[in-house]
Amino acid sequence: MRCSRCRDAAVLELRRYRAAYCGTCLVAHCERQVERAIAEHGMLARGERIGVAVSGGKDSLALWDLLARGGWETVGIHLQLGIGDYSRHSAALTRTFAAERDLELVEVDLTEEVGAAVPALVEGGQRSPCGACGLSKRYLLNKVAREEGLTVLATGHNLDDEAAVLLGNVLTWSTGDLGRQAPVLPHTSGFARRVKPLVRLSERETAAYCVVRAIDYVVEECPMAAGNRHLAHKAALDALEARSPGTKATFYQGYLRQAFPVFHPIAKRDLVLATCEDCGSPTTGTRCAFCRMTERTRRRASEPTPSVTPRARRPSRLRSSPAAEAR
Amino acid sequence: MRILLRNPNREVELEGPLSVREVLRRVGVAPEGVLVIRGDTLLTSDVRLEDADRVEVRPVISGGAA
Ligand code: SF4
Ligand SMILES: [Zn+2]
Ligand SMILES: [Zn+2]
Repeated sequence: MRCSRCRDAAVLELRRYRAAYCGTCLVAHCERQVERAIAEHGMLARGERIGVAVSGGKDSLALWDLLARGGWETVGIHLQLGIGDYSRHSAALTRTFAAERDLELVEVDLTEEVGAAVPALVEGGQRSPCGACGLSKRYLLNKVAREEGLTVLATGHNLDDEAAVLLGNVLTWSTGDLGRQAPVLPHTSGFARRVKPLVRLSERETAAYCVVRAIDYVVEECPMAAGNRHLAHKAALDALEARSPGTKATFYQGYLRQAFPVFHPIAKRDLVLATCEDCGSPTTGTRCAFCRMTERTRRRASEPTPSVTPRARRPSRLRSSPAAEAR
Repeated sequence: MRILLRNPNREVELEGPLSVREVLRRVGVAPEGVLVIRGDTLLTSDVRLEDADRVEVRPVISGGAA
């Protein structure tokens, strides 16, 4: 098979574009799509220092690579979630990636910050593992953004992620969420701006980008993900996409153009922000969902058979910046 | 040829020559959900694999909801 652009040997077919690309043209395609998403939605401004949430997976490492190569000033933020070997492997690959490219990386340990790792949060709260994990990620990323003086946080959500979340929101008619699911969430008091520069790329494209760029990412799945609703929504969309390539992009892009403007005013009305009395984060109640969850976890941990094993105290924040050390 | 499937890791032995497309059909994997990698190179579905080949079939789907 030949590359649709330069006629070299192709490495990836993309049915949605009725095209195939060689490695060089695939990388150029990913760069173009990211530049286009950034420009289309006014995601980033030159001169801004961008916090990039990096899990060690294909999407976040591809994102960091694309932004750094695009000349954006970045700092990686890695959250250690305490999910056994999966988390250890993720952290190791993230550190290697940053060190090889001389990029600044901040690491935060969930156990130190919250008193429990993700598996214990699961036991401690009523939420599903991914709910508790997502809540913790949001909270900690914002905390780091505040401490580091960052005005913007970039995450590796791709087209498949956004289409699956959108399907979930449509299936439950979550009108509030349908008015908020934009690739840019503007800055609000206490929250940095959130941007998703990969929304124009499928996970097949981000994974292929990593292979072509020789980026070593965590291929294993998070052991907590199995059976979550998000995966079921992805599977449903995959079945539609297989029959009719381009379905996901049409669904998501059409939402942004036609449905988001309709739901957005409703969502704004729903959202009356107060300040969490514990941590000062914006919330719709008196205490934020994160603080309520950590309290439940702590209460559970202090019961006779603790679900959280105490660990030796060590610094919760590590910073590695090869450039700074060399100076 | 040896086919390494991931998540969970397992190996399957198939007799060549076979196209990548045919290999995926035989191991029951949807082509859109995976990358097929030989060494450090991605392969398109028309590439012919021989008995001596070793390829990895790597899923591209990741499951985090947040
Ligand atoms: S799959 Fe769920 S538990 Fe695992 S990292 Fe993602 S959100 Fe967290
Ligand atoms: Zn090409
Ligand atoms: Zn709070």
